[in-house]
Amino acid sequence: MKQSRLMLSAGYGALILISAMFIIPFIWLIRSSLMNLSQIFTMPPEWIPAPFQWDNFRRALTVLPFDTFFTNTIIIVVSVLIGTVVTSSVAAFGFSRISWKGRDTLFAILMTSMMLPAAVTIIPSFLGWQMLGFYDTYYPLIVPAYFGGGIFNIFLLRQFYLTIPRDFDEAAFVDGANYFQIYIKIIFPLSRSAIIVVALFSFLGSWNDFMGPLIYLKSDKLFTLALGLQMFQGSYTAQWDLLMAASAAVVLPCVIVFLIGQRYFLEGITLTGLKG
Amino acid sequence: MRKGLFYGLLFTAPAILGFIIFTLGPMIASLVLSLTDYNVFKDQTSFIGFDNYVKMFSGEDDLFYKSLGVTFYFVILRVPAVIILSFFIALLLNMNVKGRAMFRTIIYLPSIVPAVASAMIWMWLMNPDLGLINSVLNWLHLPTSNWLYSEGSVIPSVVLTTLWGIGSTVIIFLAGLSGIPKQYYEAIDVDGGGWYNKLRHITIPMVTPTIFFNTIMTIIGSFQVFNEAYILTEGGPNNKSLFYVFYLWRTGFRDTEMGYASALAWILFIIIMFFTFIVFKTSKSWVHYEGGERS
Repeated sequence: MKQSRLMLSAGYGALILISAMFIIPFIWLIRSSLMNLSQIFTMPPEWIPAPFQWDNFRRALTVLPFDTFFTNTIIIVVSVLIGTVVTSSVAAFGFSRISWKGRDTLFAILMTSMMLPAAVTIIPSFLGWQMLGFYDTYYPLIVPAYFGGGIFNIFLLRQFYLTIPRDFDEAAFVDGANYFQIYIKIIFPLSRSAIIVVALFSFLGSWNDFMGPLIYLKSDKLFTLALGLQMFQGSYTAQWDLLMAASAAVVLPCVIVFLIGQRYFLEGITLTGLKG
Repeated sequence: MRKGLFYGLLFTAPAILGFIIFTLGPMIASLVLSLTDYNVFKDQTSFIGFDNYVKMFSGEDDLFYKSLGVTFYFVILRVPAVIILSFFIALLLNMNVKGRAMFRTIIYLPSIVPAVASAMIWMWLMNPDLGLINSVLNWLHLPTSNWLYSEGSVIPSVVLTTLWGIGSTVIIFLAGLSGIPKQYYEAIDVDGGGWYNKLRHITIPMVTPTIFFNTIMTIIGSFQVFNEAYILTEGGPNNKSLFYVFYLWRTGFRDTEMGYASALAWILFIIIMFFTFIVFKTSKSWVHYEGGERS
């Protein structure tokens, strides 16, 4: 499509301005995390820390047991990720590559749960876990991932599986393969990029989850980074240098994962949004 | 085919069980709970019929109306802001500019930031005395604001903080825009129409399915806002940011009135369904599907 020179420059201008507004909070976070309190509060604001207070990170991460929070978060994130990838891909296979009566109706029923606000199920779920004696454990946060891994992920993978030609299965059938072999040897490897998308979303979802741990965890020693950071905020209200250092430390792993898996993230969002 | 049914059920069994255990079961339980006065600290629980619902609507619980009002205000401000802004950004990204990938990354990046960290950053940016935003406004001799700390500005401020995370909506719009065939625009070029005609007669009609999808998702998400209320404002000042789900959480988990909280949850569900239904109904008149069959 042809664009006039004027339009293009206006577009550049607007994009640069908007990008600046999106990135300034990050810069403000980083610069504040590397300053001492007096420099943080200097007016007009300064942008370059002088000198760099690397010690903020050590202090912020040692006043609370952030190493424990980090380990806890990793345990939850990895367990959820494995459960999500395995059970959602298996279910997506059953909902797309096998023909059976009632399949699409059942899938449609499952899809309706996407509209259901979490608030509706949270109280009975909490009471159920509590009755089973699993309050203040990781089970309520991890186990559901092993039962389908979320309808959204099944939907995403199913969309992808539907694009793989049928002939592949047929040929394998002729060679005497069964459904399990077709799933493991053909469909799973062929859908690598969609699986990565699900894994990445699952990682971010449980890394960023706040309400789940807030409701199910009571003991500090089980806290996740999100809860730890919130607790930190409660006790060090005015210590902006430490608050920013702790926040930066929680954000950083997400940013790294995103930058590594960037292509897949963007593909995944497109896949879910377009064919919805 | 018998074998197909067996294997089909086998492969989908975890998901089906999960649906029954973690969605359907709790849904039914929640509906039953909402008809009781269940409170963790009370010895006896009795079936009270629709009393919880009566309590809500009769005005006995003024916080119900308050939180509903707060949430509606938030939704009404946020949904158009998200849709218009992300559409606008997607249009810019869809132009033939250099460095598209970099701009796209920058705009998407904030949406991966954990809610707690993002709340912390914005509390600091919006700090009335020392925050960057007021410093800049001061420097420009513009009026400053108390942002999250005054009754009038708290909701618009929360809306602003959530606009930082519109990256995924932008990407979905971008995907919709890139699906528009180039020939359509060339036709307008031949007719001598400018960018306005292109936008009005091609771009907007062609992305209405994406607008529809994004609007529904944004409405569903906006009604359920929780983290911001819990971390940024704790419902204050003076309950002016008492978001509905935050109030529900407080009633159920802090005040342990779980029966009443379940009733609150069902009203939220009905409200969300109602608005989704309305958007679906009206969509017939404004959503354009190519060939009339894509869904």
